[in-house]
Amino acid sequence: MRSHAVLDIGSSQTTQGVTRSIIERMRSQGALVLRPTKEVLPGWSAQWNVPGTKPVMVRIVAGAAGPLGGDQLRLEVTVGKGAFLMLGAAAANLVLPGVHGEQSRSDVSITVAEGGTLIWNPGLQIAARNCHHTTLSTIDLAAGARLYAREEIALGRFGEEPGRFRQRMRVIRDGKPVYDQELAIGSGAPGWNSAAVTGNRRSLGTIVIVDPQRAALPQSQAMVADTAVMELSDEATLISSLAPDAIELGRRLDAAFNGLLADA
Amino acid sequence: MSDTLNDSPRTLPSDPSMTADAGGEAWESIASLRSMSALMLLIDGRFPAGGHAHSGGFEAAAANEKVTDIASMEQFLLGRLHTTGLVAAAFAGSSCLSFGRAARMSDEIGHAAFSESLAALDAEFDARTPSPVLRVVSRRLGRQLVRAGRRIWPHPLVEELARLPGQGVHQPIAFGVVAGAAGQPPVLAATAAAQESITGPATASVRLLGLDPFEVNALLARLADDVATVGAGGFAAASSSPADLPASAGYLIDISAEVHATWEVRLFAS
Repeated sequence: MRSHAVLDIGSSQTTQGVTRSIIERMRSQGALVLRPTKEVLPGWSAQWNVPGTKPVMVRIVAGAAGPLGGDQLRLEVTVGKGAFLMLGAAAANLVLPGVHGEQSRSDVSITVAEGGTLIWNPGLQIAARNCHHTTLSTIDLAAGARLYAREEIALGRFGEEPGRFRQRMRVIRDGKPVYDQELAIGSGAPGWNSAAVTGNRRSLGTIVIVDPQRAALPQSQAMVADTAVMELSDEATLISSLAPDAIELGRRLDAAFNGLLADA
Repeated sequence: MSDTLNDSPRTLPSDPSMTADAGGEAWESIASLRSMSALMLLIDGRFPAGGHAHSGGFEAAAANEKVTDIASMEQFLLGRLHTTGLVAAAFAGSSCLSFGRAARMSDEIGHAAFSESLAALDAEFDARTPSPVLRVVSRRLGRQLVRAGRRIWPHPLVEELARLPGQGVHQPIAFGVVAGAAGQPPVLAATAAAQESITGPATASVRLLGLDPFEVNALLARLADDVATVGAGGFAAASSSPADLPASAGYLIDISAEVHATWEVRLFAS
């Protein structure tokens, strides 16, 4: 199945001087169904210093099972000047093999303009047995844009070995690379389960935060098991975590992220 | 590596005393033997570029992940080779290509293009090294390599590298340039970088755990196919734009490196 979804967010000033984010274009197709929602922003977003900007919230609802082998999914998102988008999945994705062993592929391309803010939470990707999948995500930020991007992966369902799964995430800010890492597991990635890559953990995830007004990182933080907070640049921070399962992964990422906020 | 040598065109040496056929194999030309000698020098563990002080994440893996025998070590080396090793191979291959291109141009144009391409490579490698601890280590090893390389294989482009402002370039980028100055083609720079990504931890394992050096070296010999695959893959990617170079990540190596740096007593710097 080929699915190509598009979401463009702009902004406008109300008569009261409030900046309101607006959906300028929204196209769903096939497995990628976009649904605007009315949700409460996570409390920590207040620390991002975007007062008065009313966000747009959109959830990605799976219009079909999968991704299944053979699927080609493409999501293109633009967040305009000063606009604020919270985009997330409605549920976890179970990445499954196709009937004839074809590969599946997801391409995500997001740009955020000057002063724009994006909370990107594509949800847990579960690499099921015999899957053969590649995800490439590129997030291109203008100078002064803000980003919270959280990716979580489960290496197989319970008691199951994962198939071949690759996921690359690249973040660019003001034309310069900030973060570019690819996870490759399963056959075709020798040693993926070793102490160099996943060390027999069943789940791993990252949070990339880019904030032009970020406070200095706290000198010392409470240690969270198998988790590190890494400074990528003056404006960008990475939280990287491994865990025995997806539930514990979520806890570890939250704990490390809250540790950052507590000292900010 | 051997495939490349065998496929390269041969010139028979002029000295008739050297044409003796060894097991049906013709001698390589004097030039290629000279090049091989330089390569052996560059990747010798005794080469004075500071690599001996680093375990490539092995010290942390041995302590926290129970990588304490040949079987678990083989998996660790495979994981490292196909992630950070592949990235190092591609970046070394790419900077060696830049060296070759610049060396064929006039000084002024060549040097400017060279500095520009290395800056782009360096920014991309930085984005592929999320651990601040490992970024500092990689730049330090890069500086130490340039310091050694400019004395051992003097070349104006290595001087150009030594003159770059700031903390210098990351190790694989310096490695490709120094390999170029040592007369190596990019495919060998890439393969040597792949090889170096596992010889460091292997040597460290002998010192840290007292593993049998024969067994450890037999393991390295068994991994020759993987080194060749990664070297060839790194070289194949090397001509892509810097943004498209491989970004395979060793997630646990990065997390462990951050923890390892906080140890009060450690034998290796990383």
